[in-house]
Amino acid sequence: MEGCSKITEACPQLLDLIPREREWLVKRADERSSEEKKLELRLGPPGEEWSLRENAKNADDRERDESLLSLGYFSNGNQHTRKFSSPENLQPGSVWFNQQLSQQAKATPFLQFPSKTVTTRQSLPVMAKESSQPCCTKVVVDLQQSAEKKAFSPPAPANTAVVPSSSQKRTAPGSVVGWPPIRSSRKNLASSSSSKPVTDSQNESPNKKVASEKPVETCKKGMFVKINMDGVPIGRKVDLTAYDSYEKLSTVVDELFRGLLTAQRDSSAGGIMSEQEEEKAFMGVLDGSGEYTLVYEDNEGDRMLVGDVPWHMFVSMVKRLRVLKSSEVSALSLGSSKQGKESTDEMRRKNFAAKILF
Amino acid sequence: MVSLCSFISYYWEEEKRMNYFPDEVLEHVFDFVTSSRDRNALSQVCKSWYRIESSSRQKVFIGNCYAISPERVIERFPALKSIALKGKPHFADFNLVPHEWGGFVYPWIEAFARNRVGLEELRLKRMVVSDDSLELLSRSFANFKSLVLVSCEGFTTDGLAAIAANCRCLRELDLQENEVEDHRGHWLSCFHDSHTSLVSLNFACLKGDINLGVLERLVARSPNLRSLRLNRAVPFDTLQKILMQSPNLVDLGVGSYVHDPDSETYDKLVTAIEKCKSVRSLSGFLDVAPHCLPAFHSICPNLTSLNLSYAPGIQGGELTKLIRHCRKLQRLWILDCIGDKGLEVVASTCKDLQELRVFPSDPYIGHAAVTEEGLVAISSGCPKLHSILYFCQQMTNAALITVAKNCPNFIRFRLCILDPTKPDAVTQQPLDEGFGAIVHSCRGLRRLSLTGLLTDQVFLYIGMYAEQLEMLSIAFAGDSDKGMQYVLNGCKRLRKLEIRDSPFGNGALLMDVGKYEAMRSLWMSSCEVTLGGCKTLAKKMPRLNVEIMNENEQTDFIFDDAQKVDKMYLYRTLAGQRKDAPDFVWTL
Repeated sequence: MEGCSKITEACPQLLDLIPREREWLVKRADERSSEEKKLELRLGPPGEEWSLRENAKNADDRERDESLLSLGYFSNGNQHTRKFSSPENLQPGSVWFNQQLSQQAKATPFLQFPSKTVTTRQSLPVMAKESSQPCCTKVVVDLQQSAEKKAFSPPAPANTAVVPSSSQKRTAPGSVVGWPPIRSSRKNLASSSSSKPVTDSQNESPNKKVASEKPVETCKKGMFVKINMDGVPIGRKVDLTAYDSYEKLSTVVDELFRGLLTAQRDSSAGGIMSEQEEEKAFMGVLDGSGEYTLVYEDNEGDRMLVGDVPWHMFVSMVKRLRVLKSSEVSALSLGSSKQGKESTDEMRRKNFAAKILF
Repeated sequence: MVSLCSFISYYWEEEKRMNYFPDEVLEHVFDFVTSSRDRNALSQVCKSWYRIESSSRQKVFIGNCYAISPERVIERFPALKSIALKGKPHFADFNLVPHEWGGFVYPWIEAFARNRVGLEELRLKRMVVSDDSLELLSRSFANFKSLVLVSCEGFTTDGLAAIAANCRCLRELDLQENEVEDHRGHWLSCFHDSHTSLVSLNFACLKGDINLGVLERLVARSPNLRSLRLNRAVPFDTLQKILMQSPNLVDLGVGSYVHDPDSETYDKLVTAIEKCKSVRSLSGFLDVAPHCLPAFHSICPNLTSLNLSYAPGIQGGELTKLIRHCRKLQRLWILDCIGDKGLEVVASTCKDLQELRVFPSDPYIGHAAVTEEGLVAISSGCPKLHSILYFCQQMTNAALITVAKNCPNFIRFRLCILDPTKPDAVTQQPLDEGFGAIVHSCRGLRRLSLTGLLTDQVFLYIGMYAEQLEMLSIAFAGDSDKGMQYVLNGCKRLRKLEIRDSPFGNGALLMDVGKYEAMRSLWMSSCEVTLGGCKTLAKKMPRLNVEIMNENEQTDFIFDDAQKVDKMYLYRTLAGQRKDAPDFVWTL
C-alpha cells in the first residue's frame, strides 16, 4: 500500500552499516540469522575483501554517496561494493569512542565487549588521534561522514566537549515558551496544593481550605484574580482590593510582566531591550495607545476592555484579566473608540494581503 | 488479521467469486475485527469488501478532524455509532498553538444530528467544545452512552448540566485534563433520580465545588459504577461514605485527602477501603495529608495502575512506603520528587511495570530530582517496561546504552531533560550515541521524543534503525537540513512529526513532498523554513493544507518570501482548505 517493498529492500543493508564495535550493536548481532552474519562487517586481519578494497577507494565513493544522499536515497545494492572509503574523518566514531576511552578507566559494568573485538579496540586510540591515517580496522559509513564533516569541528582530543557551533544559538534560556513540555494543569502544582499535613485542624473542613485558594473571591478581603499575558505561559495573580484606581492597576501589570517580557524578547530576538523600549511596551495599557491592552472577563463570561466603568463596579464584575497585544484587540473588533487609527489600517492591510495569497 | 485478508484475497482472485460468501457471512467475520487499522486493511482488499466493511463499521477513528468532512464520514459509514476525533496539534498542550486556532466539534455534532446518526459514543481530544455543542449533543441522540473529553476546552459546567439532564442512557462521563470554566452550578444535580446507569464518572479536572449530598445520592443509585474520579472539592468524609456505597469500584480517583488519622472517620475509611477488593487503579490525592495514606495499604497489593502525578504532597518515606505495597503495578505516573532512590524502590518492587511517567514537580526552578541513575535502575529492575516518559535533570550516553540493552521492548520512549540542549553529563558529548542505541535496540519503537545536545548524527540513526517509528518529537536538536532529511527518508512508517527550535529549513521541507501525504501531519515552529518554501510546498501538493501562523502581525511578511515562518502546520486532507481558520492562520 505504501511502497512496502521498498522497506524490505532497504532494511537488511542498513542494519550493517554501523561498525560492529559500537557497543550497543553487540546484542543485536547475536540475534541475526546466519545469512545476515555472512553479509555483516567483520574486523579481522587483512585478506578480508572489504579491507583491501577500502584502501583503494576514496574520494570517488564519497562523492557518489553524497549525491545519493542528496537524492534522498539510502538503500543501495550490494553493500560490499560501496561506501567504505578511507575514513579520513573519524568524527562519527570518535564521539562514541572518545566516551569509551574516557570511561575505560572507570571500568563501568555496562562495558562488555566480546573477546573478538578486543584487538581492534586497542587500535582505537590510534585511530582517534591520527585521523589522517587510513585504517583497515575501522569501517565508517560514508553517509555519516558527510554529515559529520559539516556537523563537527576538527577532531578534538578525547575528553573535551565537541560542541558544534550552530547549536550554541539554540541554547535555551530560562523562560522559553512551551518549555518544559507539560500541560498547564501540571504547572504550579507544588505551590497550588495544600500539601502540608493537617494535624490540628480537624475542625476545619477541607472545603473551606480549598475555597480560600480559588482565584475568585466574593468576600471583600484579598480579592485575587488571575492575569495572563499573550505569549507568556505563566500567569500571575493580582489582589484587586489592594488598589483603588485603574492607574495603579496598570502600574502593577507593568511590574508583573515586564521581567517576563524582557526574558521572552531576549530569548527570541537575541537582544536586550533598552529601558525605553521596555517602558514603551507597557505605556498606554489602558488607553489603547501602547503595544499592549488590558482586557478582562466579567461575571457573564464576556471579554471587556478595562477602564469603561467606575473602579468599584469593575472590581465587583471582574473575574480574570488578560494582557493582549493591541493589534489583536483591534482584530477582535471591540468597537471601542479608543482604538488607534493605525491599528484599523493595519487590519485592513492584512485582510487585503490575505486575499492576495489565495 | 491482515495476513488472513491477504490469504483470502489471494485465494479468491476474481471479484465475482466473492459472491460465494453472502454479505452476512462476511459481515459476521468482520465483526471480529475491531481495530481501526485492521478494518482499514479489510476495506482495501476489493470493492465488495470495501462496501461490506464500510456499511458495517460502527466505530470510527479520525486522527485529524480537518482531514475529512463529517458529511463524508457519515456517507461512508452509515452504521456509525462511536467516533473518536482529534483536533489541535500535539504541541497545543504546551501553549505553542495560538488559542483560537480551531478544532471545533460543533460542525461534527451538527452534521451527525442532521443526518440522524445513531451516535452512542463520542471521544474527543484537543478540541474546542462549546456549551452549545454539548447541549446539541445531549438533545440529538437518544441512545447516547459515553462522552470522553481529553484536553479539551471551551465549555463550562452548564454544558455538563445539559449532558447530565438529557442523556438518559449515559453510562460514561470522563473528563480528563480539560479546561472547564466552573460556574459552580448544580450540574451534578441534573442527573435524574431515575438515572441509574452510570458506570464511569470522572470530574477530577473541575475546579469548583459540587454538592456533596447530590454526589452521594448519585453514587448510591448507580450500582454499575466502576470508575469514579473525584475533584479537589470532595473531602475525606464524603470519600468514606462513597466507598461504603461502592465496594465494587475498579478505578478510584481520590479528591481531597486531608484528615486527622486519629479520628473515627479515618477508621471508617480504613474499613471501607478494605471492602474495596476490586480497585485496580488509584489516582488523585490532589490535597493530601500523607500520614493518612496507610489507609490505602490494604488495596495496594491489587493495584495495577497508580497515578500520583498530581500529588506533590506525597513524598519521601510515605511515598516509598506506599509503593512497596504495590507489587503488581503495571502503570505508574509520579512526580520527580520520588528521586533516584525512590525509583530504585520502584525497580525492586514493581516487576510487572510496563509504563512509567515521571513528571517535573517544579519545572521553573529547573531542578528535577531524578537523573540518569533512576532511569537505569528502572530499566534493570523492570524488564517488561515498554512505555516511558521521563523528565530529568541530566542524562548520559552510557545510561541510555544500558537502558537500551535492558529494555529492548520499548514502544514509546520520551525523554525530556529540563535543560533541552544539555550534553552528556559526564563526557559533555552529544547524546547521539545514547539515542542511537535506543532506536537500534528497540525494534518495535513507535514513538520517540528527544532532548539534550543532539547533532544530525542522531537523526541518521533514527532514519536507519527506527523502522516502526510513527511519531517523533524534536526540540532544539540537529545541525542542518540533513537531520530532518535522514528522518523523512528513513522512517517509512512515520505519521506525525513535530519539530521546534531546530535548524531545519526549506531543503529538508521540500526534499520529498510526496511523503507528507503518507503522514498525518507535520509541525515546524521556530525553524528555518521560509514563506517561500511553504508556498512551494503548498503549490506542489494540493491535497495538503499548509497553515502558517504568524502572531507578530508583521504585515511586511506577506510580501517577503525569504521571511522565516514562525509556525507551520501541515496535514493531508480530503476536505480542502478549512473555513473556520482565524485571521492569524493563513492556509497557503
